[in-house]
Amino acid sequence: MVIDSQKMKSLAEATSREDVAGRSLWADARRRFFSNKAAMFGLVLLVFVTLFALFGNYIAQWSNEEIDFSVMGMVAEQGGPSIANGHYFGTDDLGRDLFARTVQGTQISLAVGIIGSAIAVVVGTIYGATAGYFGGRLDNFMMRAVDILLAIPYMFVLILLLVMYGRSITMLFVGVGLISWLEMSRIVRGQTLTLKGREYIEAARAIGVPAPVIIRRHILPNLIGVVTVFATLLVPNMILTESFISFLGLGVQEPMTSLGALISEGSGTISYGTLWQLAFPLLFFVLTLFGFFFVGDGLRDALDPKDR
Amino acid sequence: MSRPLIEARDVRVTFDIRRPSDLPWTPPAQLHAVNGVSFSLEPGQTLGIVGESGCGKSTLARALIRMLPASGQVIWEDGTDLLTLSPRQMLKYRSQIQMIFQDPLASLNPRMTVGDIIAEPLRTHRPGMSSKERKEKVRSVMERVGLLPNQINRYPHEFSGGQCQRIGIARALVVEPKLLICDEPVSALDVSIQAQVIGLLEELRRDLGLTIIFIAHDLSVVKHLSDEVMVLYLGRMMEKACSDELFADPRHPYTQALLSAVPIPDPKIEKTKQVIPLEGDLPSPMAPPKGCVFRTRCPKTQAVCETVPEDRLRGDHHTACHLADQGVEA
Amino acid sequence: MALLDVKDLSVRFDTPEGEIHAVNGVSFSLEKGETLGIVGESGSGKSQLNFALLGLLARNGRTTGQAMFDGKNLLSISERELNKIRANRIAMVFQDPMTSLNPYMRISDQMAEVIMLHKGLSKRAAIAESVAMLDAVKIPDAKNRVRLYPHEFSGGMRQRVMIAMSLLCHPEILIADEPTTALDVTVQAQIMELLSELQREFGMATILITHDLGVVAGFCERAIVMYGGRIMEEAPVDPLFETPTHPYTRGLLDAIPRVDEEQEALRAIPGNPPNMTGAPKGCPFAPRCGFADERCRIETPELLTFGEDRARACFRPIEEVAA
Repeated sequence: MVIDSQKMKSLAEATSREDVAGRSLWADARRRFFSNKAAMFGLVLLVFVTLFALFGNYIAQWSNEEIDFSVMGMVAEQGGPSIANGHYFGTDDLGRDLFARTVQGTQISLAVGIIGSAIAVVVGTIYGATAGYFGGRLDNFMMRAVDILLAIPYMFVLILLLVMYGRSITMLFVGVGLISWLEMSRIVRGQTLTLKGREYIEAARAIGVPAPVIIRRHILPNLIGVVTVFATLLVPNMILTESFISFLGLGVQEPMTSLGALISEGSGTISYGTLWQLAFPLLFFVLTLFGFFFVGDGLRDALDPKDR
Repeated sequence: MSRPLIEARDVRVTFDIRRPSDLPWTPPAQLHAVNGVSFSLEPGQTLGIVGESGCGKSTLARALIRMLPASGQVIWEDGTDLLTLSPRQMLKYRSQIQMIFQDPLASLNPRMTVGDIIAEPLRTHRPGMSSKERKEKVRSVMERVGLLPNQINRYPHEFSGGQCQRIGIARALVVEPKLLICDEPVSALDVSIQAQVIGLLEELRRDLGLTIIFIAHDLSVVKHLSDEVMVLYLGRMMEKACSDELFADPRHPYTQALLSAVPIPDPKIEKTKQVIPLEGDLPSPMAPPKGCVFRTRCPKTQAVCETVPEDRLRGDHHTACHLADQGVEA
Repeated sequence: MALLDVKDLSVRFDTPEGEIHAVNGVSFSLEKGETLGIVGESGSGKSQLNFALLGLLARNGRTTGQAMFDGKNLLSISERELNKIRANRIAMVFQDPMTSLNPYMRISDQMAEVIMLHKGLSKRAAIAESVAMLDAVKIPDAKNRVRLYPHEFSGGMRQRVMIAMSLLCHPEILIADEPTTALDVTVQAQIMELLSELQREFGMATILITHDLGVVAGFCERAIVMYGGRIMEEAPVDPLFETPTHPYTRGLLDAIPRVDEEQEALRAIPGNPPNMTGAPKGCPFAPRCGFADERCRIETPELLTFGEDRARACFRPIEEVAA
């Protein structure tokens, strides 16, 4: 011990008295994420789509509700994409500017995806972590409830809700949010069960840290990895759900629109030779999905503790 | 005799085990993980608890601090029975009993800085403390356990196993506990690092007057640190005596077998010594043998062993063996 | 001629954090029927050394050097040839038997499979031989227990099964990698006793890899002490334990708590285990060594032989260290 303390002292003097900055697991994950080419490509796609949704309207020459009477009725011949008349993406069947409508559709789709996913994260995480941490009868009860809800065909319920309470965008958010957290809560609960067995949770309990604080301080931060990955992959699922409902004609109502609705319209008119009406919404739809999937995969690789 | 800091009387921990084949109304099978263990520990003393896996030593430790439900009594120095307290009342005692764990890295939250980890007991037990005071306290404890205080913002994965165990010790000491429970604190460490941590624990015990319960499967480590040693087998106490006496004159056949099995780093002794063989496997704790639980593997078992042996006492030397009075070593 | 002759073996791993030099220029030889202990702490490279010999390294690992066995270099022969040697002539026992036993197969089938494949026996004969081998490792009631699945055995029994399996083809070399680390002391004593007996009976050369000097003292004739991917000292066990000539060996022996004698205080080796990233410079033990000077930090001492059958890698004179 004599040599030990001497060594310690000299080492202490050698290194400066300044506090050494730590390298957190987050920093490691960030580094791995930013060195992942596919994920960066996905991120670029997402940034592009987001910028398009946020600022596209400033570039648009037309609003999404305005009908360009000069092309109306001759959409197939004159409504194609053109810089000259300001319809960068052409017009839709009624002569409305497709650029402006794609901007709006992207906005709605992104919003549905992100809000649906956010509801899933908040509700699913709290629900799953509580069930997992307390375990026993409470866990049994809470998870059976999830099982029952999952057993109900949600598309049917969602359609029923939209029919009963009218087709509004709020209803769509509520409906998508209601079902999205179920899967999340299961994943979080499973993860919490494994975390609960870790020694550091035991250590916190031995110290006397109250349960809500343990969940907040020890369980949640260690769940973030799984939750982030799942949430990122949930966003495109939500977008797909919304698109499907819109495709059925039950989603967003005119004059508002979503990518799903636009694709539905575009595919309906494809036989008239107006390919652009399908191509542009579809392009943004695909870019968004690709972006989220690539980023999700990249996050999973970056946050995977097995890599350590 | 001074008043003991902690006294366990007939502590029992029983788990209900439900098999998948059980119907909901089938009464669950009972596993007696700890079965009537008693000891008392005076301030400043170290009690070593030894036994092989499945002997209930870690369960006992967790029962003492109410992390597992237990029956019996655990009397603290002020006369309170810890097992009867409500969780809120227990909180006051938790700061006086701290624990360190077997796996140094796994017992630290990987997302928290070392400073936050060590400060956690302070935030729980001294909520009035300002963050500046807290930081000062953490730094001084870090220095005390041989960590550089300027490492306060680093994360556990940036430290080696031995350093992580020092962090664990710092976390336990920051609230100035009276009793430190060490659950196999060195068994995951390399020999050279193990000696550092044992040295640190010895130093802390001497300087801070800590009382320690030291749990290990390694007899040699226990011998080094303990004043008194208790040997457990299948949740029951086999033998308890002061350390010197237990190692010089083990009276229970199990202790003798255990001692003879420890490898000695000296080829001349190790190659010639007699290992007392233990027959067969550890019996299932769900269905322990009747009478003396050790009799199925005991090399000296006799007919009398089918009855439960009472605790024989010679001086301060407890032995739960029928043959202890007859001088088993003969 | 030696049964196994390892020359200048090095193992490196490519990781995102940099190159890990796990084993650096290790040479040793193993004679027929000899028991050799390789001792070291975590990060000493002792396990990677043996993984390299048997071609079991992780995919990002690279091996250089030479390991001659029966006129063939184990490090450069084809996977097929290596497979043949691995099953028949060099067998391995791991720390955790569960990782090398298939949990969904009966022990009888797993053992019979090995015999049928390598000896071409019928299934009935193969199972009979398996039972005989389980008897040899003292599994009581082997005849009936051979029908069980691995999880139905206790840890100690499982390790016996593993040993029985590794001996089925009567290998010339048995490599036991921390065979008792996961076991309780009383079980450890049984397994080491068993290994000793089998070693005498079958006469195979045995390499015992362990962190426990006590186990080496009881089992081995000769031992190699490794630190930081290098051999620090090599000697027959008696003189090694009596007069260790390397500061690391000495430190290690002083740091072990003992049940058989009174010790004032344990003398710990200060400092932390070595960081294996990047090319090593100087003696790997120098940062923790009480004898080290400037030279030790810059130059790497070679493993030099001295006296009878001993070798050490240290610049300090023997008298100074052993005193």
